[in-house]
Amino acid sequence: MNVPVLEVKNLGIDFGGLTAVNKLNLEVYAHEIVGLIGPNGAGKTTVFNMLTRVYEQSRGTICLNGQDIGKMNTVEVNKAGIARTFQNIRLFGELSVMDNVKTGMNNRFEYSIFDTIFHTPKRKKCEEEIEKKAEELLKIFHLYDSKDIKASSLPYGAQRRLEIARALATDPKLLLLDEPAAGMNPQETEELMNTIRFIRDKFDIAILLIEHDMSLVMNICERIYVLNYGTLLAKGSPDEIRNDEKVIKAYLGD
Amino acid sequence: MKNFMELLFGKKNRSRTISFLMVIVAYVVIEALMHGIRMSRLFTSLLVPTCCYIILGLSLNLVVGFSGELSLGHAGFMAVGAFTAVVASGLLSSSISNAILRLIVAVLCGSIVSGLFGLVISVPVLKLSGDYLAIVTLAFGQIIKSLITNIYLGFDSNGMHFSFVNNNLSLNNGKMLLSGPMGATDTAKIANFTSGFVLILIALFIIYSLIDSKYGRAIMSARDNRIAAESIGVDISKTKTLAFVTSAILAGASGALYALNYSTLQPAKFDFNTSILVLVYVVFGGLGNINGTIVATTVLYVLPEMLRSLQDYRMLIYAIVLIVVMQLTNSAKLKQYVEKLSKKLFKKGVAE
Repeated sequence: MNVPVLEVKNLGIDFGGLTAVNKLNLEVYAHEIVGLIGPNGAGKTTVFNMLTRVYEQSRGTICLNGQDIGKMNTVEVNKAGIARTFQNIRLFGELSVMDNVKTGMNNRFEYSIFDTIFHTPKRKKCEEEIEKKAEELLKIFHLYDSKDIKASSLPYGAQRRLEIARALATDPKLLLLDEPAAGMNPQETEELMNTIRFIRDKFDIAILLIEHDMSLVMNICERIYVLNYGTLLAKGSPDEIRNDEKVIKAYLGD
Repeated sequence: MKNFMELLFGKKNRSRTISFLMVIVAYVVIEALMHGIRMSRLFTSLLVPTCCYIILGLSLNLVVGFSGELSLGHAGFMAVGAFTAVVASGLLSSSISNAILRLIVAVLCGSIVSGLFGLVISVPVLKLSGDYLAIVTLAFGQIIKSLITNIYLGFDSNGMHFSFVNNNLSLNNGKMLLSGPMGATDTAKIANFTSGFVLILIALFIIYSLIDSKYGRAIMSARDNRIAAESIGVDISKTKTLAFVTSAILAGASGALYALNYSTLQPAKFDFNTSILVLVYVVFGGLGNINGTIVATTVLYVLPEMLRSLQDYRMLIYAIVLIVVMQLTNSAKLKQYVEKLSKKLFKKGVAE
């Protein structure tokens, strides 16, 4: 295979004296769905936070398409092509569902503050384009019918879907999903799996996801990384992971 | 007819339409009243200041309601706009004889200088998260007031004369523009109700243009969830700065209009109380609610003036009204009722 979309080498972070993540090597290739699993407190979300520069890593390098992003800030990383969702949903609660998605497209359509105040044709054209693209995204996630209601009044499952839609609106190369199926019933989870595969194909992106729902992970991930106490315990295909003794031990205990 | 109804009551632009309609109708009614019957002096003297406070309230709502930051020194920006406009108008009195043109130039000067002050304050402060903006604007309001209280500025045939201490600038047949604690004296009164009305329309137009755009969405997203906004590429400090500077510009314009409505104006007028008063208007009208700000400002500014004849009881009534309305607007039942009513009206509009 060629250059990976995401290449993490020897990544580590310390909080005071506590080493939360250590010596993590991880690659995600184009068009791949990769799972990151592990028991509670293994450091999965911490890895996401380092990738999106919420935390500064103590050691190691992060490359996106061969470009070093280890010194960028959150905004720059998003512009470089990483978008994410959050474990505890973070929507813009007072904004409409539509505006949540539209906000994601802010950096893709440039018009100046001058265009804004004087309502130039450029603004109109950009806004129409944004509207069109946002509608498309909302339809994919079955949110089109509730586009005008406040994001905070959506049901839980729909809020999760809206977060993914908003992340996709930034046109990422790599999408990080932090427990996308948390709080969903089996039927919703099934639908979510299909949606994840669909957006991977439609937008041609790579996806790295954290998930506790093993049926989802084993079903849609092509490769899986297992974290335990901040270090890599195992990596491989779903079948390899399912039969790995160390992994079983970590999850079930001795 | 259908198109017209949709424009007026279309879901997307409803709030905007109501704002403009409300202001225009109020203007027409008041103008008609003034031509028809003779209004009391008290009433006519309240018109321009009310317009100014509405603009100031709208500008503060942009910061407090839409961008989620607290500003405790908006009177400071008003003061900057006011005294810049006084100076500009005084200096230009000979070169621009047309009062309307001079008013426009003076208001522009006031808003630009105020905007610059806003930029200087917000660029460093809004890089931080937390209540720093409230602290800095609080200080700004006090500093500006003290600063203007100590400025002596005049001009004559030799040019401008300026001093921080000396109130005797030995002008050669010239004119004092600012005289320390006395403030502006003998300013030409070139502002009128129509100019206030037009300025409100402009302010509304700017604010609605901004909040319906990608910049507005960025401003509100940064308010709702900072981390999520950053994760989708919204530059927090830039967007908050944009909101704050726009607000400072509008506050400056309102101050400029205010100053040019009086022949004398003291810097002490723009103290901490004024800042808080406007904050009360905004909170009373609802954070992020433009129509609410307009109505609340009008009611709360005019009410104490109208109650002047009741003397000591005036502030008591004022306080009671404040409490009752805040209680009422927070009751869920009343909100439901209003929603039902507006839905009914909306449906009727479509059916026709």
